[in-house]
Amino acid sequence: MQAHVGGRVERPEGRAKVTGKSVYIADLKVEGAWLGGTVRSDVARGTLRGFDFAPEFDRTRVVIVTPTDIPGENVQALIVDDQPILAAERIEHWGEPLLLVAAPDARTLEAALAAIRPRIDPLPPVLDMELSKHAQKQITIEKGDVDAAIRAAKKNGHIVLEGTYHTDSQEQLYIEPQGCVAFPPDKDGTIVVKGSLQCPHYVRKALVRCFGVTPGQARVVQMETGGGFGGKEEYPSVVACHAALLARAARRPVSMIYDRHEDLAVTPKRHPARVRHKTVVDKHGRLIAMDIDVLLDGGAYTTLSPVVLSRGCIHAAGPYRCENTRIRGRVVATNHVPYGAFRGFGAPQTCFAIERMMDRVARATGIHPFALRHKNMLRVGDSTATGQILKDSVGSAEVLAAVAEKTGIDKHGWCAPRDARAGKARGLGLSFFYHGAGFTGSGEEMLKGRVRIDVLADGRVEVLAGSTEIGQGTNALFLAITAESLGCETADVVVATPDTAHVPDSGPTVASRTCMVVGGCLTKACRELAARVGGDVKRPWRERAREFAQRGGDGQVTVQYSSPKDVVWDDDTYTGDAYPVFGWAADVAEIEVDLVTLEVEVKRFSTAVDVGKAIQPALVEGQIEGGSLQAVGWAHLEVVTTRAGKFEQDRLATCIIPTTLDAPKFDVMLVEIPYAHGPFGAKGVGELPMDGGAPAVVAAIEDAIGVHLTRVPATPERIMEALESASQARKQ
Amino acid sequence: MRTLSLKVNGDTVQAAAPSHWTLLEVLRYKLGLTGSKQGCDKGDCGACTVLVDGRPVLACLTLAGAVEEREVTTIEGLMPLHVKSGGDGPDPVQAAFDRCGALQCGFCQPGMMLSARALLNKNPCPTRAEIREALSGNLCRCTGYTQIFEAVELAVAESIGVAPAPRSWEAQRMDPSEAQAAAKRAAAHLAERRKQEGRE
Repeated sequence: MQAHVGGRVERPEGRAKVTGKSVYIADLKVEGAWLGGTVRSDVARGTLRGFDFAPEFDRTRVVIVTPTDIPGENVQALIVDDQPILAAERIEHWGEPLLLVAAPDARTLEAALAAIRPRIDPLPPVLDMELSKHAQKQITIEKGDVDAAIRAAKKNGHIVLEGTYHTDSQEQLYIEPQGCVAFPPDKDGTIVVKGSLQCPHYVRKALVRCFGVTPGQARVVQMETGGGFGGKEEYPSVVACHAALLARAARRPVSMIYDRHEDLAVTPKRHPARVRHKTVVDKHGRLIAMDIDVLLDGGAYTTLSPVVLSRGCIHAAGPYRCENTRIRGRVVATNHVPYGAFRGFGAPQTCFAIERMMDRVARATGIHPFALRHKNMLRVGDSTATGQILKDSVGSAEVLAAVAEKTGIDKHGWCAPRDARAGKARGLGLSFFYHGAGFTGSGEEMLKGRVRIDVLADGRVEVLAGSTEIGQGTNALFLAITAESLGCETADVVVATPDTAHVPDSGPTVASRTCMVVGGCLTKACRELAARVGGDVKRPWRERAREFAQRGGDGQVTVQYSSPKDVVWDDDTYTGDAYPVFGWAADVAEIEVDLVTLEVEVKRFSTAVDVGKAIQPALVEGQIEGGSLQAVGWAHLEVVTTRAGKFEQDRLATCIIPTTLDAPKFDVMLVEIPYAHGPFGAKGVGELPMDGGAPAVVAAIEDAIGVHLTRVPATPERIMEALESASQARKQ
Repeated sequence: MRTLSLKVNGDTVQAAAPSHWTLLEVLRYKLGLTGSKQGCDKGDCGACTVLVDGRPVLACLTLAGAVEEREVTTIEGLMPLHVKSGGDGPDPVQAAFDRCGALQCGFCQPGMMLSARALLNKNPCPTRAEIREALSGNLCRCTGYTQIFEAVELAVAESIGVAPAPRSWEAQRMDPSEAQAAAKRAAAHLAERRKQEGRE
């Protein structure tokens, strides 16, 4: 029998996808469904006084929902209860939902939305995060004595470097916009919502609060989902509550599918960040102390910002050994549209800052950027900023070696003068990074994610999990793990649709946790089931399982995640094992800068990634290339800006992402340093590739034209400004 | 409202629709052909790409009335069309996308595959640069595009009867010398073919 793990399993949903038969939420045919829409605030902050209705507007043709129509609480349940489902009076951001409308057809809905005008007394908004007085969350991570190290720097002949780094927002830009279809409560009061979403149990939790029902009375079903990248982690709860409220009021199904304008205008994006570094280093390039200050713009409501801040801060000191580290983080409220989950979850922002600082250290000490990273990299036995001692599966040296061998970055004369042929300058840039797999700190312990397997009458095995297939390959991954663990064929395994009425809560499909955490539970469940079924393993699984079912054997196994015993975390002091394990990676970007237009073209992108074990190498490569391209896009061309609290990019012609012509040639090197507690040695890979692309590209720009950029995206305009201020500085 | 007579996937169909409706609206809401996707409705994303007389068009920017009497092919029609022309199972482009990991979330794929089909109809042995150019109007956020290019190349290689250049993950299961030889053969064949056609 062929190996499923490490080999290639067909995507069970692949055939339907390539033939156009897959049903995404907008493809779902629902008899008698009305269409739902949202009346929104057109100011960033204000007080809602009421609504004006156009005189020709016929209210009887539509159904309207206001906050008084919410049967439960007017709270968008997530971490902190600060966000209303509909703003009743206080308006905190542009586009905030105020009133809902359902209509029988698109034209009537459009006319109704145009006929209803909110009356708002505007108030001055807070749009600069540096000026916000309201912290949504603060974190301090401390190790050693940073102040003493800074004080003693001069005496010890150490170098002190300071830098401030900015990263702008970024849109997830899943190609399928947000959408849900809600059905009115049935006679038992059960509400059903189907949608494009990552986390069915998050949506269920939101519906429970909104409707004041039991979890059993809120059923959430995931449809085929056209990409998420974090963008469908928390926001689908908003769409679901809105659609469900309209369905209840209209007493019929309501379909709420955002068009691209609405999706771009109001859905959460990556948190803008400002990160300050003060670094003490000895003349050999050894890191002595790092004092890091992280500021994130959380936007109007808390959403997931505390957790984004947490991951960002924990990763802020990079994969480097440093005895004296202090990381102070703050995420503040502004009157921007709330920022939220996006692949990387705070780490890409802080990774950009530390990697740019490392390049500064390289210049200041005259040590090659590769050698500098190699000298300071964490190895087994070293401790991270939170004091976590790295025990196993540390691929730091291996990933650096792999990119060096592939690209020669270790011998490349960084920032050496070179010819610019044909008006273009070439450059190479390096980044080195790691990313914790699974929830931060005690998250997994609190979550207690579960997975279940079940022997069907015909001997096939059904995998039941709340984890969603959003393109990354959850289905194929579960098939491979199950078939390999049971010694059966993938045709003997079916993966259940994530439907909260049938599947256990495996925790959300986020945080690079599906393979390692949920997949880990699945292997345990399979081991238990294989032992129960027994029989001669040389006989086909399905025969044995069918007989087992016929003789009344209990073929249902549920496994709940428990952290390895040696993983210890203290939430109060922010010390200990922040993650059970880390994935490691190094990127080398090769770019060309047009010396006239200052446009950057990323020609080649080499990345070596330690994933523990690639359960499905083709899927892992897909994750690495896709994530890296998102990072490359953020590095130099994906501009997201706001004016008066409103996103300026309102369509795909202005909110751009890389096309085929912008994509570099990728060299992906999979390094496999197995993790003892992961399924077949696997760790997480989903987010890791998002972290290193931006600093690698910006370092390559510096290598090509000698300008030290501290902000992404590094657009031609920003490169020009930096070149001009550098030339001003030389003149003075 | 007017009654349109359309030729979709080889069938002549009548659909009553407002005269301002786009081809995408008629396909999705009148004919139930939901394989063509709406990602932006402004002609920016390419997810709605269909073939009209074999050429790729954006269904969201095309009035349905403007394509009457012309052959419209949607993703649903790709496999039947292939079978009708003597093929077996899905179009080689579809099979290759499935095999190469070219599809992840799948939302951009119908449009992407029709753009690829249009390219191969016109140019059966395209270079990587020509593939990139031909697919540049179809946005994908999942893949990084490499596996899509490889899928098109696999479809090409198969249709001209050579083994495709193996990818690292396939090479793992292939004997290394065999994989290398296959890669060389495919490259030589493709280069020869291009030379004959006077390109490069």
